[in-house]
Amino acid sequence: MSIGASRQSLGEWLQSEQPASRRQARLGQAWRTWRLFTGNRLGMIGLAIVLLLVLVAIFADVIAPYDPLLGGDLRTMRLLPPSMDHLMGTDDLARDIFSRVVHGARLTLMVVALVAIIATPIGLLVGTVSGYFGGWVDTVLMRVTDIFLAFPRLILALAFVAALGPGIENAIIAIAITSWPPYARLARAETLTIRNAEHIDAIRLQGASSGRIIWGHVVPLCLSSVIIRVTLDMAGIILTAAGLGFLGLGAQPPQPEWGAMIAGGRRFIIDYWWVATMPGIAIFTVSLGFNLLGDGLRDVLDPKAGK
Amino acid sequence: MATALAEGRSRALPAFLGKTVRLLATIAVTILGLLVVTFLIGRVVPVDPVLAVVGDRASQSTYDKAFVELGLDRPLYVQFGLYVEKAVTGDFGQSMLTKKPIIDDIARAFPATLELATVAILIGTLFGIPVGVWAAVRQGKLVDQVVRIVGLMGYSAPIFWLGLLGLLVFYAKWGIVAGPGRIDISYEYAFTPTTGLFLLDTAMQGQWGAFRNVVSHIALPASLLGYFSMAYIARMTRSFMLNELAQEYVVTARVKGVAEWRIIWVHALRNAAVPLVTVVTLSYASLLEGSVLTETVFAWPGLGQYLTNSLQNADMNAVLGGTLLIGIIFVGLNLLSDFLYTVLDPRVRRRA
Amino acid sequence: MKHVKKFVAVALMCTAAALAPVTAKAETPADTLIQAWSIDDVISLDPAEVFEFTASEVLGNAYQGLIGYNVKDVSEIFGVIAEKWEVSADGKTFTFTIRPGMKFASGNPITAEDAVYSLQRAIKLDKSPAFILTQFGFSADNVDAMIRKTGDMTFEFEMDKPYAPTLVLYCLTATVGFIVDSELVKSHEADGDFGYNWLKTNYAGSGAFTIRDWRANEAIVLERNDNYSGEAPPMARAIYRHIPETATQRLLLEQGDIDIARNVGAEEITALSDNPDIVVESGVKGSIYYLGLNQKNENLAKPQVRQAMKYLVDYATIADTIMKGKVIPHQAFLPLGFLGALEDTPFSLNVEKAKELLAEAGLPDGFTVTMDTRNTPEITAMGQAIQQTMAMAGIKMELIPGDGQQTLTKYRARNHDIYIGRWGPDYQDPHTNADTFARNPDNSDDAASKPLAWRNAWDIPEMTLKADAAILEADAAKRAQMYIDLQTEHQQTSPFVIMFQEIEVLARRKNVEGFVVGPSFNDNSFKAVTK
Repeated sequence: MSIGASRQSLGEWLQSEQPASRRQARLGQAWRTWRLFTGNRLGMIGLAIVLLLVLVAIFADVIAPYDPLLGGDLRTMRLLPPSMDHLMGTDDLARDIFSRVVHGARLTLMVVALVAIIATPIGLLVGTVSGYFGGWVDTVLMRVTDIFLAFPRLILALAFVAALGPGIENAIIAIAITSWPPYARLARAETLTIRNAEHIDAIRLQGASSGRIIWGHVVPLCLSSVIIRVTLDMAGIILTAAGLGFLGLGAQPPQPEWGAMIAGGRRFIIDYWWVATMPGIAIFTVSLGFNLLGDGLRDVLDPKAGK
Repeated sequence: MATALAEGRSRALPAFLGKTVRLLATIAVTILGLLVVTFLIGRVVPVDPVLAVVGDRASQSTYDKAFVELGLDRPLYVQFGLYVEKAVTGDFGQSMLTKKPIIDDIARAFPATLELATVAILIGTLFGIPVGVWAAVRQGKLVDQVVRIVGLMGYSAPIFWLGLLGLLVFYAKWGIVAGPGRIDISYEYAFTPTTGLFLLDTAMQGQWGAFRNVVSHIALPASLLGYFSMAYIARMTRSFMLNELAQEYVVTARVKGVAEWRIIWVHALRNAAVPLVTVVTLSYASLLEGSVLTETVFAWPGLGQYLTNSLQNADMNAVLGGTLLIGIIFVGLNLLSDFLYTVLDPRVRRRA
Repeated sequence: MKHVKKFVAVALMCTAAALAPVTAKAETPADTLIQAWSIDDVISLDPAEVFEFTASEVLGNAYQGLIGYNVKDVSEIFGVIAEKWEVSADGKTFTFTIRPGMKFASGNPITAEDAVYSLQRAIKLDKSPAFILTQFGFSADNVDAMIRKTGDMTFEFEMDKPYAPTLVLYCLTATVGFIVDSELVKSHEADGDFGYNWLKTNYAGSGAFTIRDWRANEAIVLERNDNYSGEAPPMARAIYRHIPETATQRLLLEQGDIDIARNVGAEEITALSDNPDIVVESGVKGSIYYLGLNQKNENLAKPQVRQAMKYLVDYATIADTIMKGKVIPHQAFLPLGFLGALEDTPFSLNVEKAKELLAEAGLPDGFTVTMDTRNTPEITAMGQAIQQTMAMAGIKMELIPGDGQQTLTKYRARNHDIYIGRWGPDYQDPHTNADTFARNPDNSDDAASKPLAWRNAWDIPEMTLKADAAILEADAAKRAQMYIDLQTEHQQTSPFVIMFQEIEVLARRKNVEGFVVGPSFNDNSFKAVTK
């Protein structure tokens, strides 16, 4: 970092017209994007919801007044309507629904994070390798991608879960397996535009191996667009996970996964509406949060699409 | 597929036809890939398919006989080879659960899905396009914001949850729509399901009582699915319209004094319609394949429910057949949208 | 912009018109009985193959067997297609005489030829329920000689051992013993399949109703059989509609779209009992809910641990809350209503006692174990309730959910720790359950038969001999005592935590009367239903 920076205020340094280093330029760019984003009211609401989700997940133990798995007395505490003691009522096993919803935030966050962690590298790898090498490598990889794309996504996920056995881990793997193809396409398209760029040629002439070039120079350039795309998909991931949970193929009881909770409350919906309704509101809120955030990000980063 | 198609978009019609041959080859490879993937999944499912056939209580000799009958004693590649060989001739084998040829099962389940998806896409298009245009015209205004939020809400709500609440309110509490299923039992034998599309069948046979019953059954699930596709179509319409409204010809038309409604609804929308066709076709495809959850909630005897049920019982013949059909539909609709694009796009036509 | 508004308004109006209330209070046709039931277990309509609850009930109303019993008192056995029978002096041969003047729905007369053909056919086809007949020493090779026609209306049934007569007769009341129209079935034979490919979706019986149509996972349609020898059923048609969800069934029932809801959950029972238009009925069924403790697990193999687990289930609370109205506590392997059923329930939730037993077994702090749980709502809820009480004694039980086929596959491979299961008897004789809970002739991994005792790796050569002895005892009172002794021992030592006996519940519109809930599924009858 330049010494001069310490004398300026951080804001000035970030907004400097003549950045002294690449890092300053990049941070400055991020700062300007952030300023633009804060002007987007809906986007900020989305961000707030997502942050709230993260906080609730971290402090679930503190926030939840009851144990999410252990119920109370079956004879007296089943299916109680929402009250001050039980903000969202209790379910058929006398468990506090609010506590379960709060702990469910952890599962939701885990699903989203793990799917992103698994699917992004696969998509990046397939896409960049395919785009960089071209030829038959490209043909084969893209054909495989097409096959995965031609599948109905939920049905493919269903099939994988059926094969692997129900459970939240397997649901995550299944969703990740069905999520990567669009990222691969995106990364491939990006790679095609930069593979013959001069600086890549220069590195190649210096004798760098293909692996090194892809990992060190192509991937970083594709990363940002893929990450934006992943963020946009997150609401979809949450809904798919909940759908699997609802069909009994995702997280399994007694885990407080929201989709599975709706499935569990479905039997009681007529007389005890809160059992299925409360976790549904949670799913709706969180995925709306991700959608608003993604929408705001798109507006800021890709002005063409939004306006 | 998508790239192959996207690449095709800018070409002229003859080139498009030439490309079709290559595309067909691609489709064949893709479908074979689909088959391999489902087949392998089917073989690693930790479910004993023999059990699904003979049940838990059967004696060992019964079990062994069924094992051989299902061809499970042969090597995997032989099983797969036999399957593909038969599939080519349209024989997907017999469902282990229903004991009927897969093709018959699918022929019965598919119209239910088709009917639901078609009504839904009609709702989605009829509402989505005008709403999208309206939002584009009033860009940044309240209407635009409302459309945007309503759309995002559509993207965010779990459909199975909305379905449950919808049934609770509209059916159980208010009684203004019919319940789960396609038709009331009392009407079930009032007509012959020639096409399997009950709306069409009842109307053609003049069974208006049954027709109204079918409408009342399909209204809720189709509206829900329609809402979801409306959200998408409206959003895309808005975006295409904004693009068109910024074009020079719009300015020219305004200068010439063409009425504003004409500019919007005739000039701009006609041009926006070209990419919109793709959007509508693709969301139709996703409705056809993606209504598994809706079908579950509404006890709709369609393809999604058939597939889920078969999967859970390791009825792999049924799963393979169903998946193949969905794959073909998906590929086919992709092709169709590409074709429509080529035909409709004035620029492509001009060059041809 | 006006146009947009107009367009939207028109579109809204169209939708509103489509959504307008068209469901005036529904009513089912007066001569048709409509039931909602989960019928996805039906895989065949062939008596030689049917073994599932739904199909058994359908066949019970559409076919007739040689023998029947009073559903109120199963010890009262009478002939149906058989007019009478005699047992030879050595106890090995039954001679049946067919009741004269009876006809199949097709109009063909019922003769000894049909009875012999039906029994031989079931044995030769060797489908799932065939063991009910083959356990008497029949096989495809010998059955032509052992079950033989001796006259137009008489035939002999010769077994390898002198089995208890009631055992034989009860087995003949099972659906696998139902008599098919041999002439009709033979006309549909192809490649020596005994008409199997035809009959699995068609009908060749003589019961009160004929099966007109079966659409998998959709509906089963039955129609009155005009050639039925008994009293003609009041209903011209009976339809089962596949509705998997209990809540949906309840809605349909309340709206009057169906006459009877057959799957009713504990919550629906409570809710529906307040409805003046609806009556909830129930009957005790033979199914038993139990935990199977795999003896391959070294902790579960300790006798004190097995005993401790029996004290760690809150039988009464589960039966009163999550399974209210659906089960009664029951702790012996023979269900109530069976010959020799043991009614004692010595176990109740007793955490202290369980802890003592665990300490005795050298596990004072408990242990960790898994339980394979079928992902149906009721089994899951019970599993979670049991999980909670086990935790009180330090047993950390993890639930491994799976669908029916998955958990079953694992159970049959003996790869589980604990399995929570439901077992329904195959016929009305006590041997059906003794055979599976208290017999394990070969405990090796590749054993030919896989009774529940085998699945839990419980090696019991002595108890197996006792169970074998009971099937040869002709004196009913002595036999009953043998089963009581067997259960008393079993209750204390077995690796089975037997918890509940199932109650079948149905909810009907008030005007729909006459449905009989019998002890087994093929006894459920709507022959006499009026509305």
